[in-house]
Amino acid sequence: MSPRAASRLESLGFEQVYDYVAGKADWGSSGLPLAGAEGSETRVGAHVRTDVPNCRANDRLQDVCKHLEESGWDTCFVLDEGGVVLDEGGVVLGRIGRRAIRGRADSSAEEAMTLGPSTIRPSARLREVVARMQGQNLTSLPVTTSDGRFAGLLTRADAEEALRALRR
Amino acid sequence: MAIPVDREQVQRLLSEDAQLVEVLPQAEFEDEHLPGAINIPLKDLDHERVAGLDRTRPVIVYCYDYQ
Repeated sequence: MSPRAASRLESLGFEQVYDYVAGKADWGSSGLPLAGAEGSETRVGAHVRTDVPNCRANDRLQDVCKHLEESGWDTCFVLDEGGVVLDEGGVVLGRIGRRAIRGRADSSAEEAMTLGPSTIRPSARLREVVARMQGQNLTSLPVTTSDGRFAGLLTRADAEEALRALRR
Repeated sequence: MAIPVDREQVQRLLSEDAQLVEVLPQAEFEDEHLPGAINIPLKDLDHERVAGLDRTRPVIVYCYDYQ
């Protein structure tokens, strides 16, 4: 639709016309804010936790375990090289829970991680994600941008509370 | 010929005072739109509706995705 609109604008005499062909689906799924009745507050991206531990594939599990204990979280995300600092948004390679670490202190994160965890986009509608979490009994879901970069973790408790607040 | 742009280029153009136009129907615009966008549905894109746009500044159009 936007190529036709761009062409139409040019036929109306506009000379500097640009076409953002990937549109608002791309904008929202990258984690950028959207306005409107179904704007950012109704989307997952506004409610993610960004303080979730992350590590690299070659990190030792004993270090990952220490990291988990210090942070109070029971899950850690294995990110590619770009992801040591969350702001750099590394690509999610896998997920490690506390249970997978037990008795494997000398193994690497890569050996213990669950590959390709199911993820959602920041632009996903909160009410739909809450229904999915409840239906599948999920306590959290990792959130990644459209290019696979880690944006944070949505916990079911946070999502349910946010949905209740939106309905008030 | 309009120039296709990606997300980063859109952000740069907006910082340079470009105008942003969503061409989807009004109901879809009201549900969600990029901050700062105005709505001119494709079906209504005529001389009258574009009169409010500044011809000396860049205009970025967008819809939902590659449809």
